[in-house]
Amino acid sequence: MPASRHFCQKVPQATPVAVFKLSNDFKEDPNPMKVNLGVGAYRTDEGQPWVLPVVKKVEKLIVADNRLNHEYLPILGLPEFRSSASKIALGEDSPAIQENRVGAVQCLGGTGALKMGAEFLRRWYNGNDNMKTPVYVSAPTWENHNSVFANAGFEDVRPYKYWDAEKRGLDLAGFLGDLETAPKHSIFVLHACAHNPTGTDPTHMEWTQVAEVMKRRKLFVFFDSAYQGFASGCLDKDAWAVRYFVTQGFEMFCAQSFSKNFGLYNERVGNLTIVARDADNVRRVLSQMEKIVRVTWSNPPSQGARLVAITLNTAELFAEWKDNVKTMADRVLLMRASLQAKLQALGTPGTWDHITQQIGMFSFTGLNPKQVEYMIKERSIYLMASGRINMCGLTTKNIDYVAKSIHETVVNVQ
Amino acid sequence: MRQTCNSDGGVGSTENVQARGITLLSIFVDTPTAEPNPETKLLADFKTDTHLSKVYLAGREYLNKEGQTSVSPLVGKIMQQICTDPTLCPEYPSSFGLPEFTRRATELVLGRDCHAIVENRVLGVQTVGCTGAVRLGAELLKHWYNVSGVWCGPVYLSSPCDDSLAGIFEAAGIQDVRRYRYWDTEQRGVGVQKMMEDLEMAPEQSVIVLSASAHCPTGSDLSQKHWRLLTQLMVRCRFFPFFLLPAQGLCHGDVQQDAWPVRLCASLGMELLCAQSFSHSFGLYGERVGHLLCVLKQSSTLLAVQSQAEKQVRALWSRPSVRGARVVATVLSNPAHHVEWQEGVKSMVERGILVRERLREKLRLLGCPGSWDHLIQQGGLYCCTGLNVQQVEFLEKRRHIYLHPNGCLNPQFCLAAPPGSLQRRHTPKLAVWLCLSTHRIIRVSCLRSPLPSL
Repeated sequence: MPASRHFCQKVPQATPVAVFKLSNDFKEDPNPMKVNLGVGAYRTDEGQPWVLPVVKKVEKLIVADNRLNHEYLPILGLPEFRSSASKIALGEDSPAIQENRVGAVQCLGGTGALKMGAEFLRRWYNGNDNMKTPVYVSAPTWENHNSVFANAGFEDVRPYKYWDAEKRGLDLAGFLGDLETAPKHSIFVLHACAHNPTGTDPTHMEWTQVAEVMKRRKLFVFFDSAYQGFASGCLDKDAWAVRYFVTQGFEMFCAQSFSKNFGLYNERVGNLTIVARDADNVRRVLSQMEKIVRVTWSNPPSQGARLVAITLNTAELFAEWKDNVKTMADRVLLMRASLQAKLQALGTPGTWDHITQQIGMFSFTGLNPKQVEYMIKERSIYLMASGRINMCGLTTKNIDYVAKSIHETVVNVQ
Repeated sequence: MRQTCNSDGGVGSTENVQARGITLLSIFVDTPTAEPNPETKLLADFKTDTHLSKVYLAGREYLNKEGQTSVSPLVGKIMQQICTDPTLCPEYPSSFGLPEFTRRATELVLGRDCHAIVENRVLGVQTVGCTGAVRLGAELLKHWYNVSGVWCGPVYLSSPCDDSLAGIFEAAGIQDVRRYRYWDTEQRGVGVQKMMEDLEMAPEQSVIVLSASAHCPTGSDLSQKHWRLLTQLMVRCRFFPFFLLPAQGLCHGDVQQDAWPVRLCASLGMELLCAQSFSHSFGLYGERVGHLLCVLKQSSTLLAVQSQAEKQVRALWSRPSVRGARVVATVLSNPAHHVEWQEGVKSMVERGILVRERLREKLRLLGCPGSWDHLIQQGGLYCCTGLNVQQVEFLEKRRHIYLHPNGCLNPQFCLAAPPGSLQRRHTPKLAVWLCLSTHRIIRVSCLRSPLPSL
């Protein structure tokens, strides 16, 4: 009898997720001076994760509340979470909300929201079966964008020009050029603010140019909003692009994550906001979303959504949350300013203005792969091969070491 | 139309879509309204039913004496502890979830000294409920079951089964979903012979989805003798078992017995997948605590499989939510808590058995035709009455009693609630009486007091 075929008999090792590998290598490094600039989460000046004070408060409220049960949530999630989360993205006075043409699906973090949006679009956008519809993601982008859309069945996931390595800024001409030449109805994944990994966002004027082309060429707008509030410290400012597109009459998806701005990394709190022409379209879209949710995770987890909903819907808690968010954003801004000042003071070759011009958690330092390798091997400073650093990994205690190391690297390694 | 963009982030003059006076078709205009899933529809019909004595018997949860879902005092206490624990950090968990949870969940199914665990050929992944576990398993099968490319089936599901199962496999890209006969209406139990016949006809190396215990939705399981026969067949035909274990402990009141079929296959050296849920056994429905267990043939492939599983998880939900898993891990890793939990599960089962016995007894007293022993032979959350489609419809439309269309119900929802209680689902002093006539459409009486004359 021939030998049985085994499940996973010839499974190749998948390429490790770069950021996970980096974290592991950092953990195993015995150097007491080591610094982790690859971490994708906020850290305090003591290098510790931070439970937001408002989160601690609300968790206690939840635990003490006997009326709350542990029943299944509805398939689309907690209603008060969905509506308040959408309001955060679109604004309390959004015309779309007032016109009753906004819907939402509670999802497992930002990834889950992207996944639901992708699954819907593949099935229903622009007629059935969009396996061949091009999906454009920025070059570079958060690497999981590629996997989420590819796994949802899109065969053609392509980059659009975004980062100009030479000028260390936005390649607007390239971006607009790709928008002009993309096949009509292509799907574009846009970072709402605090672009990951470059930290470089279009200006308001540049966004208007992007919107103009997208409208004319009937391209689908899919915002990824993982850092609202975290980028500038102000929720409304960080939502400018999303709200602008709404006022321009776009129908769109916006995948929201509350992992970073609530520090709820392990509760997986996300929301897919849907803006359509009218309520009937929203209703039909949501009915299909229900079907998709049902065969992925059935219904979403309750804890995090409840926490966010209570916070957003209670005036004092909402104010306290905004304050906590600003605390995080301000620390990041302080580290940016400090790093830039120290590099300038050291006379490090090159310009370093991009460190303070970029926004959000990440900065594209401009270090090349060889320099990155030197930083890791010789200085035990861990950053992504792309030169991306997480500003949250910097503290008042390690910033001198990091600045000197960058200086040494740039001088010695080309 | 000009847009002015202020530096403080405000947007200048705008116009809303309707005022533009141009009819613009929505890009979603071709999206049809989805058929509601049967359960949603049933609940919606129940909610809009204005009849005062309406009863919903198709719920998916275990209920306490008060007719509500609840967590045990132990679980409640642990949740409080977790909330105030200063050492717990808000970090991203790994894509596999909490290591302590996956370890305990694995041991719970297989037993700590299972060869597969000792030989390091077991992978455990925390998932978003049982649905998430099935979905992840389906994705792994699609990509890796067939050495030469994507695998599209066939996968065999029991008839009946949970109505989302087929959709999960299809959503993962496995289109060839077939059924094997399971529930036998005449026997009011598992039709083992027909089941084996159907599986004999299945192509070699088919994936067979099997309920380890507490079959959903019938509550009817195979005996150990039949499991042995089935596994012989599976080995001979080189089938791949994909177990569902949604309520370990809640079928027989014994976690080992409920996982017995999985342990049997593992002891025979078979590879398998097992999708677990901790919703029912911990009352943590909203927390979505699930687990996918993979038992491989060779430990040499473990790391590679792990890396591929991580890749799939990344594209589905990235990482699971931690709260519920932490509670379960805390209970299962503490011997005293573990014992307390098992006792709690046992008493839930005992209460469930009492309800079933009461139901059977009432039917006997009414002189209902037919045998009703199957009600107490079934176990777990569900119970298959054996009522046909017309009879179920009669119950719904004429008596305002809502069962699954396939005649299955959750007997706990028949519990008499304390007087004065306000739950919508549990009318005080209500018991459901099923009175069957083999020659007529069923009649159902809602008992208040006294017994109605028939």
